[in-house]
Amino acid sequence: MFGLLASPFKLKAKGIMGMNKRNGHYIGRYNKRSLYPLVDNKLKTKIIAEDAKVTVPALIGVISSQAEVGKVAELIKGRSGFVIKPAKGSGGKGILVITKVEHDRYYKPNGAEETHEDFERHVSNILAGLFSLGGAQDVAVIEALIEFDTAFDGFSYEGVPDVRVIVFKGFPVMAMMRLSTTDSDGKANLHQGAVGVGIDIGSGKALHAVQFGDPVTHHPDTNRALNELVVPQWDVLIRLAASCYEMSGLGYLGTDMVLDRDKGPMLLELNARPGLAIQVANGAGLLPRLQLVESLGNKKMTPEQRVEFAIKHFSQTPTI
Amino acid sequence: MTSRAPFYILVAILFVTGLALTIQRHLSYEVPLTPGVKRTVWSVDAKVEFFANGDKVKASLATPMSQPGFTVLHQNAASPGYGLNFIQQDATPRAEWSIREASGNQELFYKVQLLEDDNADLSGLASIPEIEVPEWTEPYGTAAHQLTIDVTKRSADAFSYTRELLKEFNKKELSQNAELLVNSEPDTSQLIVKLLNSADISARVVGGLRLEDGRRRQPLNAFVQVYEGDKWLLFDVKTGKEANRENLLLWEQSDSSLLDLQGGSDSLVTFSMIKQEQPALMAVKEKLNSQDLLNFSIQSLPIEEQALFKGILLIPFGVLVVVLMRVLVGLKTSGTFMPVLIAMAFIQTSLVTGLVGFIIVVGTGLVIRSYLSRLNLLLVSRISAVIIMVILMIGLFSVVSYKVGLSEGLKITFFPMIILSWTIERMSVLWEEEGAKEVVRQGGGSLLVAILAYLAMNNDYVRHITFNFLGVQLIIMSLVLLLGSYTGYRLLELYRFKSMAEK
Repeated sequence: MFGLLASPFKLKAKGIMGMNKRNGHYIGRYNKRSLYPLVDNKLKTKIIAEDAKVTVPALIGVISSQAEVGKVAELIKGRSGFVIKPAKGSGGKGILVITKVEHDRYYKPNGAEETHEDFERHVSNILAGLFSLGGAQDVAVIEALIEFDTAFDGFSYEGVPDVRVIVFKGFPVMAMMRLSTTDSDGKANLHQGAVGVGIDIGSGKALHAVQFGDPVTHHPDTNRALNELVVPQWDVLIRLAASCYEMSGLGYLGTDMVLDRDKGPMLLELNARPGLAIQVANGAGLLPRLQLVESLGNKKMTPEQRVEFAIKHFSQTPTI
Repeated sequence: MTSRAPFYILVAILFVTGLALTIQRHLSYEVPLTPGVKRTVWSVDAKVEFFANGDKVKASLATPMSQPGFTVLHQNAASPGYGLNFIQQDATPRAEWSIREASGNQELFYKVQLLEDDNADLSGLASIPEIEVPEWTEPYGTAAHQLTIDVTKRSADAFSYTRELLKEFNKKELSQNAELLVNSEPDTSQLIVKLLNSADISARVVGGLRLEDGRRRQPLNAFVQVYEGDKWLLFDVKTGKEANRENLLLWEQSDSSLLDLQGGSDSLVTFSMIKQEQPALMAVKEKLNSQDLLNFSIQSLPIEEQALFKGILLIPFGVLVVVLMRVLVGLKTSGTFMPVLIAMAFIQTSLVTGLVGFIIVVGTGLVIRSYLSRLNLLLVSRISAVIIMVILMIGLFSVVSYKVGLSEGLKITFFPMIILSWTIERMSVLWEEEGAKEVVRQGGGSLLVAILAYLAMNNDYVRHITFNFLGVQLIIMSLVLLLGSYTGYRLLELYRFKSMAEK
């Protein structure tokens, strides 16, 4: 066409979903507005997850008013690492991760030091709603640091490798890992330069990887071959993801999972508006899979049955 | 899955209703669809000068009425101390001034606005003059009779008769009969009318004013209006030819005099005129002011509210641009409708001044805001601090630019301060979290959309349409609804997913 642009007909033939389709057809139709607070508020997500026996990172404490800001020091005392995040934060905004504590000095994953004043300012910002959608007042959640599984050593620079699974009507339809890089400054957003790795629904193996939209085979910083990437305990993780449907009631859902060294797959957060980059990471469009699930109608199935269906229909052969 | 049919029916109803209202307004009220249609309006001043004798004075001036080519829009008169009436006398309009006592030189003014109009309302036009067969005294009777016989031979109808008759009086050497008749009646126009009446042709002398832009102290010229049935032609006695009707206003079309004056002498009536190009809308204003129910328009509001609505009615157009840019193109903006508000400010400031001002204020704001972010403040007070800072900056820029002699800089006050403050706050947070690149991307996207919205909203055509046709709002509404159900790709997604399509 114009050289820079893809033909919309080709994209359609590949089953690639656009933002308007996602918003109008899937989110608008399958996600009830009244359920949004459950996922937009991480504290609420945590509560329903615990009720549903879904593993989540341990809660250290909640700061819900400016008067309690001073309590931060008390809560984090003696911890070797922790995370402060806004309950209603969006797009990973306002998440402060401390991975190392030495002699009462706190370090972020990139080695930068943070002080108690920094924590208090950060919590104040969270409370005032700086990171929340629409600037609404918020509460700060402090939770235990996840002890990352060593399986991903060398696949990520600084940041936390997490697994995003799109769950449609309870069926895990597509998965990816986001590996942070120096380009992405330790962040896991693909448009900032993180590597997106499509993960096979059937095996948890890497399928295809991209950085800045172009295919890659090795991590740009650590140079590890990405085809060696396999998510351990994949069967547990994928079942956990599928069970988030019952828990949240949302039809079109993004589940962000991490692997804890001791506790296995954990639900980090849910997303009622998961992005479209997962298609680029997988090198495949979402629409054929979504339409297949839609064609099943409203048959009652258990999470296990759904996972089985998904493994049968959505497995792919790696192209990496 | 619910049926989409009711939705499309709603959209169709909105669209059709909007279109019908627009067309109805265009057809029944003649509101032009384009602003470019300008109509020529002549402002003509008649100045009546005379010497008052010191007693009561009554002056009556013939005034023009709508006629082929011109419609009378508005008339008024200025004359200190005089009572004024616009009256009809013998089916022709006159302006009548009166005063109990006046002495010395007097000046009275009459002003009329005339629209150049091919579809003028001619109902008030003077009727065909009655033929008064003149009684000639000898030897003029014989001369007139011979001339009549002579001319009749060479003519077929009233108009050709007039032409031939006029030829007789415009020869280098007049015939004896013509010479004789001219001596009897020094006013050639009156003489021609008398001769035409003798030949059983309806005719009258009319006063015509040649309209030329910027002319002052012009007199009326006499023309002979000759009827053949309902039709009439104008003849210029001096040239003997049919008068050039272009820009010729028939000021006085009755047989009565131009000015009747009692209690004064040495009267003189002169005319001055200017030409104005006015939007066609002005011309149909009279029609628009009628208060029937179907005439549901902003023009029925007081002027002040109209001005307010002019701005408000543009917003849907700006909103439409935002929807197009976000849904079809996929541009990111900071704050959904912030670009529309910026575009509204651009309308006040003009584009370049607005852009420069916006970038300077937001840029400086970002620098100062980065210092504020180190102070560990609560959000509400920080935003408040930014608002005060923005106000101070705007004040500073206004003063500096005024001192330097750039009055353009003063326009910066048109920017909504709260919007500027939130923009600075958002951009600043964006900068800290996502880096300068994202600030440029979202800020640039917002500005681009704002500029496009500005271009759309500042377009003469759009301004005209939105203000004059309320139905257009329904059409925009239907388009916005339709765009809301568009689930196809965005333009930028075609770029984003390009690598996937190639595989």
